[in-house]
Amino acid sequence: MTFSLASSPVQPAAVPAQSVSADAEPDIVVSRQVRPAPDRYRNALGKYKINRSADCVACGECARLCPQGVHVKPDGYTFTLRPLDHLCIGPDCAKTDHFCVAKCKQKALSLMRNPSVDAMGDPRWTADLILSTWHMAATGHVPSAGLEYRHGESGGGFDRMDFNFPAAPTKVDPAKVDTTLALNRRNDGRPQVNIDLPVYGGGMSFGSVSIHTIVAKARAATAWNTFTCTGEGGYPDRLKPYDEHVITQVATGLFGVREDTIQRVRIVEFKYAQGAKPGLGGHLLGDKNTPAVARMREAIAGNALFSPFPFHSVYSVEDHKKHLDWIKEVNSRALVSVKVSTPTDVDMVAVGSYYAGAHIIHLDGSYGGTGAAPDIAKKNIAMPIEYAIAKVHKFLVAEGIRDSVTLIVSGGLRTADDVMKSVALGADGVVIGTADMVALGCVRCALCESGRGCPRGIASTDPELMMLMSLEWATQRLINMLNAWRERMVEVMVRLGVPSVKDLRGRSDLLTYARAEDAL
Amino acid sequence: MSEKYHIKPVPTQGRFRHVGKYGSVDWREDCARCSNCVKPRCVFDTYRKEAAYNRDPQTSIVPLSECRACLSCVQGCTKGILAISINPEYLAMGDEYWKPDIMATTWNQADAGRVPVSGAGYRGRFHGFGFDSIWTDMSEIVRPTRDGIHGREYISTSVDIGPKPMRLSFSNDGKLLGEPSSLIDLPLPLILDVPAWQVGGQGLARVRLTTAAKLKTLAVARAADVTGAPAAEMPFLIPLVGGEGLGSIEKLLPQVRMVEFEDGAEVSALASQAKATNPKLVIAVRLPMQGAAAERILQLSQAGVKVFHLCADLHGCEVGVDKPRHIKDAMREIHGRLVKAGVRDTITLIVGGGIALPEHMAKAILCGADLVAVDTALLVALGCRVCRGVQDADHQEHCPAEAPKLESAYAVQRMVNLMAAWHSQLLEVLGAMGIREVRRLRGEVGRAIFKEDVEREAFGDLLSR
Ligand code: SF4
Ligand code: SF4
Ligand code: SF4
Ligand code: SF4
Ligand SMILES: [Zn+2]
Repeated sequence: MTFSLASSPVQPAAVPAQSVSADAEPDIVVSRQVRPAPDRYRNALGKYKINRSADCVACGECARLCPQGVHVKPDGYTFTLRPLDHLCIGPDCAKTDHFCVAKCKQKALSLMRNPSVDAMGDPRWTADLILSTWHMAATGHVPSAGLEYRHGESGGGFDRMDFNFPAAPTKVDPAKVDTTLALNRRNDGRPQVNIDLPVYGGGMSFGSVSIHTIVAKARAATAWNTFTCTGEGGYPDRLKPYDEHVITQVATGLFGVREDTIQRVRIVEFKYAQGAKPGLGGHLLGDKNTPAVARMREAIAGNALFSPFPFHSVYSVEDHKKHLDWIKEVNSRALVSVKVSTPTDVDMVAVGSYYAGAHIIHLDGSYGGTGAAPDIAKKNIAMPIEYAIAKVHKFLVAEGIRDSVTLIVSGGLRTADDVMKSVALGADGVVIGTADMVALGCVRCALCESGRGCPRGIASTDPELMMLMSLEWATQRLINMLNAWRERMVEVMVRLGVPSVKDLRGRSDLLTYARAEDAL
Repeated sequence: MSEKYHIKPVPTQGRFRHVGKYGSVDWREDCARCSNCVKPRCVFDTYRKEAAYNRDPQTSIVPLSECRACLSCVQGCTKGILAISINPEYLAMGDEYWKPDIMATTWNQADAGRVPVSGAGYRGRFHGFGFDSIWTDMSEIVRPTRDGIHGREYISTSVDIGPKPMRLSFSNDGKLLGEPSSLIDLPLPLILDVPAWQVGGQGLARVRLTTAAKLKTLAVARAADVTGAPAAEMPFLIPLVGGEGLGSIEKLLPQVRMVEFEDGAEVSALASQAKATNPKLVIAVRLPMQGAAAERILQLSQAGVKVFHLCADLHGCEVGVDKPRHIKDAMREIHGRLVKAGVRDTITLIVGGGIALPEHMAKAILCGADLVAVDTALLVALGCRVCRGVQDADHQEHCPAEAPKLESAYAVQRMVNLMAAWHSQLLEVLGAMGIREVRRLRGEVGRAIFKEDVEREAFGDLLSR
């Protein structure tokens, strides 16, 4: 079912896949079952375009031939429908016996690269990565052909790293591969928290993204028995039903943080820094501080909101410990996560956090992030996460504390392959942010910061723009992507001969790195 | 502590056309002319604003300068006939170092002096040539807050140029021995330099000088190019002197604070002559950037010259050597050799050429420079696409920066805006590192992350396979 936005002054062409009233609270038991969640725009985007000329006589041969379902001629129709060319696998099809362009007797079909693909993406998130993430979010599985879904083209880090797959098939049974992760390794009497995937959702605060995005993330986290995080914008009431799968973030601004929001969750995250703007604190532009946002943050609408950096009460590991003790005191069952960025001495910072009492050390590398940040910081300040994982893992091992703390990493992880590479480098699990946004239809145009915000209705609190996306559709897209990721993780572990995520951790011997030289 | 330094930007739209990254590919023949066309609904109103440029019906791609490729129109078009692609004119700008993205961000910064901010994380390559293989450090705790925004603590961006005696000596009756030091205190670690190629017309040098005066820094120019400049601006001029001798600047000498001589056999002699006219004059020698310059610097320093301006090429590479390295390597070598010789603190090193972005300033200083010289970026602020006037014969007429016929106030303000944005971004970098003054950034390689080092440390075991 669709509804028209014709009366709205913006973007009437983008129609939510399902209509759902903004206030109807859906069931809190969420199934992780894959269901189709096709692109919510009129024209889905693909890498190729199939044009059908006026020479077509509607014989229907192409519709019978194409296994991808690009050509459709429903029974009783005189015409063949406009090709669903986003499903086309491109020139590779010419090698098969069902290549429509060659088989059409009228020579009515032509195949070309979609020029819009050149305007999509960047070296880190290539058009292929965006399109394949959309495919996973729509179908729940990795694309079968035509798209590179494993890595980007940034020329370094994960993109130059590969798995050392043994030539012979391994004995690992895909049905038995274990992707769960236990988050409490401190043996301190606090409850264990197990998640079903080594992945959880990063903090995106109310104000920086729409409530649909926030609730969809919480519902997908519930479905997959993992977590989402509030970010620093407070704890919206609509998250309450998902308390068991929410991490409350305590950040330097302390916006919307209350005793009650700390007490109701199983994990509290203490944010020192974030990778995208290391050392620079948080910043919500005035335009995004709408009345609803301001209420949640107990601030005045329209004013830019700054979270200072760092916590001005923290000057040492002892001060740091005092903060963690305070959280532990307020909530006696919570695990405490410490989120830091990646300075040169990131290994020392990690050890310090362990001695301050953290259950989880969360390293946020410099290349990730979803919110507004100065370009100079995103590109230049602090080290990319790949380096930090290896450094910190080695240091924790050398200090003899590696198995007493959980190492979670984030900041530019885009794919299931990135997750597996992180684990092999030494992380226990990862936090994702941008991948979720892309699953919801983000094209990485980077406009999230400006004016009314995201033109695609994901990172916007504008009442009209946020209605471009329904909660049900958004939830299903995230569930589907995680399913595709899990399938890919299982495939990688089977091929490596490693039966569980736990066993993969720190197995950097299973990786290779092809160094790239930079010439002018 | 000096008064808090602040540059006041004034929004000044460029008179040139901002070449946009995107354009639309439009198959008009199938257009349904529907009443709910997606074009007028662009969040940025791109199609309507650009109507003025959509004149040529033959072009295959219609440039849409304001389009940010959100692809909403492409995905929404009733007939599915719209496509957005990359504007070839955009890709054709600059060269492999002065990339189109550098032009675009420089234009935006010169528009209003704002720090570029965007969402969705970093979008570029993992690492790259030159400065792009360095990351700057940040500090997790204990550091000043961001200057200018929280304003609690002052981060100083000032540097000194000039001979720095390491200790003062006094005679038995308490008189200072030796010359009094004549340091020039600049509020930001940069001077404005002549562009790397010949740009026609007098206007540019005058604009540069006025900009320097407004910023309270210095501008390098040949005396002939600034004739007629007001006397009040002279203290901000660094006259550049070649082999021709002092004749051209004789009259200027009492008015200026610093002179720059192109290196040559006679520089020591010229320096003493100039000092004879104006004893407080700071003498600088301009040298081609190369690692071997360290020798020459040591030699000249013994002869009393304490300020050196090292000129890399347009791409920040060494000049006149077989395998040119980037500033980041050459500068570290020179800095290291001067440290070893025990004279580094008595000398001022200015490095220029290839300083295209504010992070280049921070990183050049990290590699051992005291300050940088900005040249080409100032022209880019005016709309220059670094075509270097060679691509078409009638460049004079078509120069988008109007370089040959510059008019002062407009061009000055755009340069001031750009430097304001650079200054704010330098504060971001220093603030993140927890460094309170840019002087302490010099040669602090421990607060930088070099790709080669961190790669070895982190991936050494992977690489050996
Ligand atoms: S095979 Fe050719 S003629 Fe037949 S329906 Fe397809 S495009 Fe038309
Ligand atoms: S504004 Fe662009 S980059 Fe930001 S969330 Fe929306 S689509 Fe993604
Ligand atoms: S939406 Fe598409 S088909 Fe309709 S008028 Fe606009 S360009 Fe033409
Ligand atoms: S792609 Fe987005 S920004 Fe560009 S013209 Fe279309 S709607 Fe406007
Ligand atoms: Zn060069």
